[in-house]
Amino acid sequence: MWRKGLKVAGAIGLSLALIVGCSNGGNGGDQSEGGGLSGNLIAVGSSAMQPLVEEAAAKFMEENSGVNITVQGGGSGAGLSAAMDGSANIGNSDVFAEEKDGIDSEKVEDHQVFVVGMGPVVHPEVGVDELTQEQLIDIFTGEVKNWKEVGGKDQEIVLVNRPESSGTRATFAKFALDNNEEFRGKGGIEEDSSGTVQKIVGETPGAIGYLAFSYFNDKVTPLKLDGVEPTDENVYSGEWYVWAYQHMYTNKDSQSKELEQAFIDYILSDEIQESLIPELGYIPVNKMEVERDPEGKVSEKK
Amino acid sequence: MQNDVQNSLGEILAKPAKKQKRIEVMGRTLTLVSASMLIITLASLLYFIASKGLSTFFVDGVSLSNFFSTNWGPNVSPDQGGPFYGALAFIVGSFLVTILAALISAPLGVGAAIFMTEIAPAWGRKVLQPVTELLVGIPSVVYGFIGLTVLVPFIRNHLGGQGFSLLAGVIVLSVMILPTITSIAVDTIQAIPKKIREASYALGATRWQTISRILVRTSLPGLMTGVVLGMARAFGEALAVQMVIGNSGMVPGSLLEPISTLTSVITLNMGNTVQGSTYNNALWSMAFILLLMTLFFILLIRLMTRRREY
Repeated sequence: MWRKGLKVAGAIGLSLALIVGCSNGGNGGDQSEGGGLSGNLIAVGSSAMQPLVEEAAAKFMEENSGVNITVQGGGSGAGLSAAMDGSANIGNSDVFAEEKDGIDSEKVEDHQVFVVGMGPVVHPEVGVDELTQEQLIDIFTGEVKNWKEVGGKDQEIVLVNRPESSGTRATFAKFALDNNEEFRGKGGIEEDSSGTVQKIVGETPGAIGYLAFSYFNDKVTPLKLDGVEPTDENVYSGEWYVWAYQHMYTNKDSQSKELEQAFIDYILSDEIQESLIPELGYIPVNKMEVERDPEGKVSEKK
Repeated sequence: MQNDVQNSLGEILAKPAKKQKRIEVMGRTLTLVSASMLIITLASLLYFIASKGLSTFFVDGVSLSNFFSTNWGPNVSPDQGGPFYGALAFIVGSFLVTILAALISAPLGVGAAIFMTEIAPAWGRKVLQPVTELLVGIPSVVYGFIGLTVLVPFIRNHLGGQGFSLLAGVIVLSVMILPTITSIAVDTIQAIPKKIREASYALGATRWQTISRILVRTSLPGLMTGVVLGMARAFGEALAVQMVIGNSGMVPGSLLEPISTLTSVITLNMGNTVQGSTYNNALWSMAFILLLMTLFFILLIRLMTRRREY
């Protein structure tokens, strides 16, 4: 009897060993050897940043043949926690680590690599192309339910949101809505990607949503806020206040600091900041005339 | 080639029993390892999801009354009374779409199955069989995308509302689970012994009497199994549903209002939350509810498919 038990236990042990054997974790950025950079980098996180980081990584690898960079999505939360526990070299995030619940910002180092401007967009036929911030807050808090109350057509307002945990939503609520308690469970719809929001706002009569500048197109109408147009220039000067840094976080105790720094410096170099970043509809961080701290205070750039 | 095989087989058979025994033991071990792999995987999954899902209540101290309320706002700051982790609206949403989709699909699926097996077997096997198999093979994201581009504007233009609605989710899901229900119903009806049909005809019953009073009645547990399996699939479906229901965190008042389901909330927020934070654990609690529901569906099937005597 006990022999049978022993066999079963042995089999279970064996399969456990198999499972463990199959999961070999770890990622190592090798130290560079004499001048030329080499090693592996993993960058994980914000899907909004992914296209740019991928392009930059491809260019960087062309110039440094010994380097291999893997870029993955997964969301800002995943990026920050990967940078914090060291399971990835770089965590891409569209919010400050200080703003994310469950992240120890002491463990990670912040690199602000570019800026994304965002703005409210509406369906082209609502008859409005400008709002005051007060009106915008009223719309998104559900005070105003029809476009005619803000000078548009007689058309019910349809709110198109991003999910509760989205970085774009957090930025929009913080700056455009001035931290007002927003619109929960009032019939607004939520979509998980900016592409879908753009599609829905373009198709649904009376819809209002918010998008990064890079998603503006002729199917949606970007709104002016208090007379300020959502343009890159107005973001530089700080007149348009709905924008967010895009961060690359690294672990402070990382083994491959040199390579991480080299890649981040490359993204901050003029080559990328002046060509690739504007091409993809983002805003170069080195043109900003104002800066912002994690609490959201804006000051003149020193 | 043939000879080689026969020879080696002959050799093996001629060998002493010791080697036989070793082969026996080896085969036994191999299958046992495979089986224990399955059990370990399941046990660790159960343990992981349960520990994550329960830590919302035991570690983070979210009260049950908070979790089972309709107030959802994990990012609401404490000075505004938050955070709220009310998932009731999503639970209700999940059940609503599942039950309504099953109500639409069950009669359609069973009807199609009866047509295929009893009324026009030749035609049914030639045309309907490939159709159901094809429907099974369409990926869920394709269903969702079609729903988003065709169904949502259609509902918005012809029925009113925003288009994103409980109704859109129900329609997409009922198309998705129809093939599951149909194929299981076909198998069940085909498995009924011939003698039962013959006995029914011998007593002078018409074909429709035979179908409605004998076949459907004897195969009822099997048919219900198909429906429950379909419901389990509907309950766990994430992508297709998420694309058409609008994901608004409230209990719907009508078929045309947007809703949220457990799966859609998880897929929308999982990537943006941090492992170990209360927000993230609340999502795991929802995953745990999904898992419990799946277990319940399986139990239901086990209960229903107990052997019947004809």
